[in-house]
Amino acid sequence: MDHKEMPCPTADTWGKSFSSGNELLKNISSDDTPLTSSQRPQQKWEDPSMLDYNTRIEPPFQDFKQRSETQSSLPCNPNNHNKVTDEDVQMNGTIQTGKIQDWDPRAMLNNLNFLEQKIHQLQDLVHLIVGRRSLALGRPDELVAQQKQLITTDLTSIIVQLISTAGSLLPSVKPHSGTTPTGQLGQLGGLFLPSTVGPNGSVQPQNNGGSKVSDQSNQMDITVNCGNEQNYNMEEHESKDDEDADEGENLPPGSYEILQLEKEEILAPHTHFCTICGKGFKRDANLRMHMRGHGDEYKTPAALAKPNKEATSEPMLIKRYSCPYAGCKRNKEHKKFQPLKTILCVKNHYKRTHCDKSYTCSRCNAKKFSVIADLKTHEKHCGKDKWLCSCGTTFSRKDKLFGHIALFQGHTPAIPLEETKGPTVPPDRGEGNEAINKVRSINFNFGSNASNGNEVQNTADVKGNIEDPTGYFSPLNFDTWNFGGFHEFPRPPYEDSESSLSFLIPGSCNYTVPGSCNYTQKTGAESSSNNPE
Amino acid sequence: MKKAKQFQFQVQPLINNNNNNNNNNGLSFSYFDLLSEEIVFTILDLLTPNPLDKKSFSLGCKNFYFLESKHRRILKPLRSEYLPKVLTRYPHVTHMDLTLCPRVTDATLTNIAGACNSNLVSVDLSMSKFFTGVGLLNLAVKCENLVELDLTNATELKDGAAAMVAEARNLERLWMRRCRMVTDLGVGCIAVGCRKLKLLSLKWCVGVGDLGVGLIAVKCKDIRSLDLSYLPKLDMSSCEKITHIGLSSVFSCTICLEQVTLANGCSVNLDLADSLNKLSKLQSIKLDGCPVTCAGLGAIGDWCVSLKELSLSKCLGVTDEGLTYLFMKQKDLRILDITCCDKITDVSISHITSSCTDLSSLKMESCALVPREAFILIGQRCHSLEELDLTDNEIDDEGLKSISKCSKLSSFKLGLCLNITDEGLAHIGMSCVGLKELDLYRCTGITDSGILAIAGGCPGLEMINIAYCKEITDDSLLLFSKCAQLNTIECRGCPHITSLGLAAIAAGCKQLTKLDIKKCYKVDDAGMIPLAYFSQNLKQINLSYSSVTDVGLLSLASISCLQTLTILHLKGLTPSGLAAALLACGGLTKVKLHASFKSLLPQAIFEHLEARGCLFQWREKVFKAELDPKCWKRQLEDMMQ
Repeated sequence: MDHKEMPCPTADTWGKSFSSGNELLKNISSDDTPLTSSQRPQQKWEDPSMLDYNTRIEPPFQDFKQRSETQSSLPCNPNNHNKVTDEDVQMNGTIQTGKIQDWDPRAMLNNLNFLEQKIHQLQDLVHLIVGRRSLALGRPDELVAQQKQLITTDLTSIIVQLISTAGSLLPSVKPHSGTTPTGQLGQLGGLFLPSTVGPNGSVQPQNNGGSKVSDQSNQMDITVNCGNEQNYNMEEHESKDDEDADEGENLPPGSYEILQLEKEEILAPHTHFCTICGKGFKRDANLRMHMRGHGDEYKTPAALAKPNKEATSEPMLIKRYSCPYAGCKRNKEHKKFQPLKTILCVKNHYKRTHCDKSYTCSRCNAKKFSVIADLKTHEKHCGKDKWLCSCGTTFSRKDKLFGHIALFQGHTPAIPLEETKGPTVPPDRGEGNEAINKVRSINFNFGSNASNGNEVQNTADVKGNIEDPTGYFSPLNFDTWNFGGFHEFPRPPYEDSESSLSFLIPGSCNYTVPGSCNYTQKTGAESSSNNPE
Repeated sequence: MKKAKQFQFQVQPLINNNNNNNNNNGLSFSYFDLLSEEIVFTILDLLTPNPLDKKSFSLGCKNFYFLESKHRRILKPLRSEYLPKVLTRYPHVTHMDLTLCPRVTDATLTNIAGACNSNLVSVDLSMSKFFTGVGLLNLAVKCENLVELDLTNATELKDGAAAMVAEARNLERLWMRRCRMVTDLGVGCIAVGCRKLKLLSLKWCVGVGDLGVGLIAVKCKDIRSLDLSYLPKLDMSSCEKITHIGLSSVFSCTICLEQVTLANGCSVNLDLADSLNKLSKLQSIKLDGCPVTCAGLGAIGDWCVSLKELSLSKCLGVTDEGLTYLFMKQKDLRILDITCCDKITDVSISHITSSCTDLSSLKMESCALVPREAFILIGQRCHSLEELDLTDNEIDDEGLKSISKCSKLSSFKLGLCLNITDEGLAHIGMSCVGLKELDLYRCTGITDSGILAIAGGCPGLEMINIAYCKEITDDSLLLFSKCAQLNTIECRGCPHITSLGLAAIAAGCKQLTKLDIKKCYKVDDAGMIPLAYFSQNLKQINLSYSSVTDVGLLSLASISCLQTLTILHLKGLTPSGLAAALLACGGLTKVKLHASFKSLLPQAIFEHLEARGCLFQWREKVFKAELDPKCWKRQLEDMMQ
């Protein structure tokens, strides 16, 4: 384009404003290095908006920009980040209160003022064009096209900013546009915003949020996973329930592949056999260790390594299992067929339901089991079932005994012969069990809770954690207490001990809070590490 | 009763005549043969107030002896050692009151069970120790008609014993207060075994929780009265859910419940009160010491339509507002306890008196904000009052004059009312002829002239407390000696009282069971000897700080009923005299002694006495001079702040 051909003096100011705008940007970016990541989008929107600006417009803009810097400086400054990582939960709270300030109405007012100014400028520009047209109609088409382009870009910019300003009022969007400095700038940058403001702008990774938001979504995935893992743990703890645990799964028939193992296969004690000598093993690792004895070729690291689970990367059809016993509800021919989740489930189910109970408890010589794990579980508690009814039935919990007695005529609580045991012990035990039961029953609903968890976090962010964050997390914490063996989250200082009441201690609420704190720390750390790039 | 006595005196000469006739004529004829057995039994029925009357009747002649042993239904033995013989003498005993036997072993109970068999209806073991479940099982199995059993204070009983009690299938009333070792299991056994239970008291059974109580509610459909006071496990104030649900399950199962006592248990909020609405027949609620909310009181007012008795003693949160609402709905209340509700004012009193004019009992100790004018309202409006407790209130003579209109008044407590004088008391003495109990504890304005009006006007007086009324002299005691029914006299800290007055009391008041002459410095052995001679019903005596010596104490030891003895700071008491008295007094259950005697007497004596069922309480309090009552009250208030 040939600027000098333009008869209008404003063309020069445009050019000036171009350069001055860039200079300004450079100054700012050199002042505040962490902002570099946000520099790009800013530049993009500044280019069109600065087109018509001369120096008189610069101050408010600069002012605005500086304000945005100060706003975002807290999460952006690497020094601050170090602090954040060092600080504890409360620091997290302050960060979030810092975020609230992002949403103060003054920023909104500034935005609107800015937009107003912009519209006025655009108005002036159009007036100018109109006036110039009336003066000289025979202008080159190029210039007209250029002017058109300028107006449209400016208009788009205004529209986008309007949307973003309005969008900032929507509570569901706040946490994501507010959590990261890019979000804040992106709101100004406008061009990137639609994806943020989108109706489903919640957990999904977004191009605007960049690495930070997607990272956040990863975190979310982890929490969901932890829920799954939790369920799995519960299955192992309460092996009797594992068959019922998937009752609520409700996979549509046909959405999964049904496998049915043969009876012999199910009952085989060993699943891994040596191809050379035929010795059976329960675990593949043991087989691999055994194979070393058959020759040097089995001693290579490759042979000893875990077989690669390449299959996981491929999209696999969900596998569900059917019990080979005809007529069983778990058999695929059954009308109300309910598939079994894993091979372990199949084995336990088949043994429990369709096999003799061959393992007898050595302590009471009364209870029989078909699954050895069940026997072991029982033996742990055998003899401790001191809640005895006159009918001979034992109960592990006092309330169960009383329920039983209330139900049956003529049954009486049997008093143990030696009453030497302190009377305080039984109630304690009972209460402890009740407590465990409570936890268990809540874990049953964990899936929904886990999903709620995100919402909880969102609302917590929206409300800016003014109130005690533990209040929001308490339902979730209740579950986390029983996260046996789940170590991806930092453990709270207390041990997951037998003291069943520990979950009632409000302090246990800290558990998730460190978790969420860690989450922000991570994002913060990553954003800071991303920034220099 | 008087008739009966006259009859006895008439009979006596008859018998003498009879004997003379026998001797003179050799004819065996008795005028008494003309009377049928039924008539004699009816006569004997009237010989109830003093147990000694029947004794003297039975000693009249062999025939009387035989008739009396055939007639006797209630047995209250002094010593369990003689029970086997006593039981053969009285074959028709239905009620066994063992409260005077501190030592009741399983063998004793087995004896009773074997002798009484299915006759036995009621056993009271509330003051006894040393029995176990084995004895109770014997009782339960052999006495199939056992309906009433009092196991209060059986602190050693465990669930096993409770299971034995459960064998008594026809049990209807069971008291288990302070059975601390019993847990839900024991109560569960009782719930299953004793299906006809109508009354159960689990007060202070600290081991019992929701489960046990819940099972009672499920199994005992006839339950009418349930005392759950001081059950900490029902409390669960931290998890109010449990209380609410636990109790409401009790309530929903026991629609016929007429009386509920939840004293010092759970908090009375809207939830709990709402759960009461299932109990349409509920007549009595005792919520002593429970935190109460306005809404809870309102709900009680709304739901409990047939409420006759309400106790809010020491309930936190009772306000004028709550009571006003409650008494807008409750017009039929007869018994009200608002002891220590220190937030209420004359507004509440005005509402209570105007809506519940039929009130027969009102207890309002220490309602500090109620002004003296409010008590005039009580006298004006509630003429049916029989029991009135105004301890530690602002009432004055005007109030007393107004209250004297309550002519049915039988129990009146005015302790620590410093504004009343003889003048006001004279009104009471003139109008309240039926007064049986009068408490004038630390009423410093009362002198002998006030007592003159009371003792003259209220001949039926049974209990009098003139403790720390310093002006009172022997004259008052002489007046009281005319009140033949008097059984409890407390004249602590009356320095003018001497042995003379006490002797008059002993001679006049044969029913005397409780006597407190602590700090009556002028009372000495001369007072004890007539006491020992006349007051054979005396159970409890406090001699601390008096001038009684070994002689007096030893003479007291001849009172076979004596159970509780408090002898602190007796200057004339020597260790050997004490030991002799303790050993001679076979029925002692509780002795309060200064700790210095612990080392002065051989340990074996204490061991022996403890084996007999006597409990020792050692005090190390130093001798303390008495304070002026107003000063004392101020001191108390200071301590409370």
